[in-house]
Amino acid sequence: MITRRTLLVGTGATLLAGCDSLTNSPALMGADEAHRFLQRSITGRAALAREFRADQMSPRFRVNGTNNPNTPDYAALANNRFSDWRLAVDGLVARPLSLSLAQLQSLPQRAQITRHDCVEGWSAIGKWQGPRLETVLQLAGLRDTARYIVFHCADRIGGAPYYESIDLVDAFHPQTILAWAMNDATLSVGHGAPLRLRVERQLGYKHAKYVMRVQAVDSLAGIGGGKGGFWEDSNGYEWYAGI
Amino acid sequence: MEKPRIERRAVYRHRLFTRIWHWLNALAVIVLIASGLMIFNAHPRLYWGNYGANFDPAWLELPGFPGWLTLPSYYSLSGARHWHLFFALVLAFGLLAYMIVGLVDRHIQRDLRIRARDLRPAALRTDLKAHWALRFHDPHDLRAYNIFQKLSYVAVIFVLTPLLILSGLALAPGMWPWIADLFGGRQSARSVHFIAMALMTAFVVVHLTLVILAGPINEVRSMLSGWWRAPEEDHS
Repeated sequence: MITRRTLLVGTGATLLAGCDSLTNSPALMGADEAHRFLQRSITGRAALAREFRADQMSPRFRVNGTNNPNTPDYAALANNRFSDWRLAVDGLVARPLSLSLAQLQSLPQRAQITRHDCVEGWSAIGKWQGPRLETVLQLAGLRDTARYIVFHCADRIGGAPYYESIDLVDAFHPQTILAWAMNDATLSVGHGAPLRLRVERQLGYKHAKYVMRVQAVDSLAGIGGGKGGFWEDSNGYEWYAGI
Repeated sequence: MEKPRIERRAVYRHRLFTRIWHWLNALAVIVLIASGLMIFNAHPRLYWGNYGANFDPAWLELPGFPGWLTLPSYYSLSGARHWHLFFALVLAFGLLAYMIVGLVDRHIQRDLRIRARDLRPAALRTDLKAHWALRFHDPHDLRAYNIFQKLSYVAVIFVLTPLLILSGLALAPGMWPWIADLFGGRQSARSVHFIAMALMTAFVVVHLTLVILAGPINEVRSMLSGWWRAPEEDHS
């Protein structure tokens, strides 16, 4: 009896160890596509993430990932309170833009108190404000051939530049904004100053901080490692982070 | 026919669909628990309410589960998510198929229905005594589940597994927000998901213990071929 159980447990452990090699197999990772299809089909494309009251906000919103890009270029921009900073909007657009912080602040604004869900499992509720990404893309005249919006960031992790990408469904979502303010104050360096993406129906790693350039593309193949984002390229995280 | 010999009656106990579903679930549940423990290790603290992070008070904080319990066995949140999100679909759609097939062919109504007479204290006492004597089946109806089997199967199939699926979906920022609201917020849903996993683990442990006590070869064979043999003493 004991030997049989030991055999079973031993076999189980061996099987699980053998499973390690299947961890990044395309078959498993294909589930990401299935979840994206199911979620978009079930909830509808414009379903809103929950918005909260001011009294429901986290008392302290932790900083995660890069807390300061610490490059000479970024330090120079930060020292000038980002008055020299410009957001480049280019790629498949009719009118490439170079927008100052003041210009972004003068566009129609959206403010929202939303919950930030990290892929690790923690959540924090904060208030974000900025123009809708849709407004900026319309200003630039998005071309018909564009399929994805890529966000190039000022920070690097392990030498690789941070970037992220979303498709047009998320890009045109009402709660997708380019936030320059958090909790009624100008965005801090730790939280992504001067500009960070909020894409509220996706996990935290999609919310690119230190955004320097917004690029419209028809394919993600030529960018970074080709998987659509820093964590997707380096660690095999799912490109669709709605679950 | 020439000389009398003791025969053990065999009964066809589990249909093909039930057997396939059972083994698919066995695989899915093991993978989901092991990969879930790895996901938990990425932030091994649990909270109540809508938010919860390092500066907020946790109701449970654990050192993290060892590698031999997790999938993959090395630290990899993204790798664990690949396993978890794939087998979540296997579990959820398998359960849906089971419910449809089981209701249509009346397996659920016939074999899992809990009747009032099953729940009478005297009946429960009789069944409990039989359990302590390691007799788990009704000699007059070899195909029938006993009341404790029915209660635990109904609880796992119709309450616990749907609760795991729903609390898991509540964690997804792309899903409807009202799912998280049902649990009192996303971090509450994460806590419920973890507690439900612990209950599922307890079910698996009890289930395997009873399989071993009931005669593992006969039991496992019945879940492979469908045919289960009655113990000899009941051949009366």
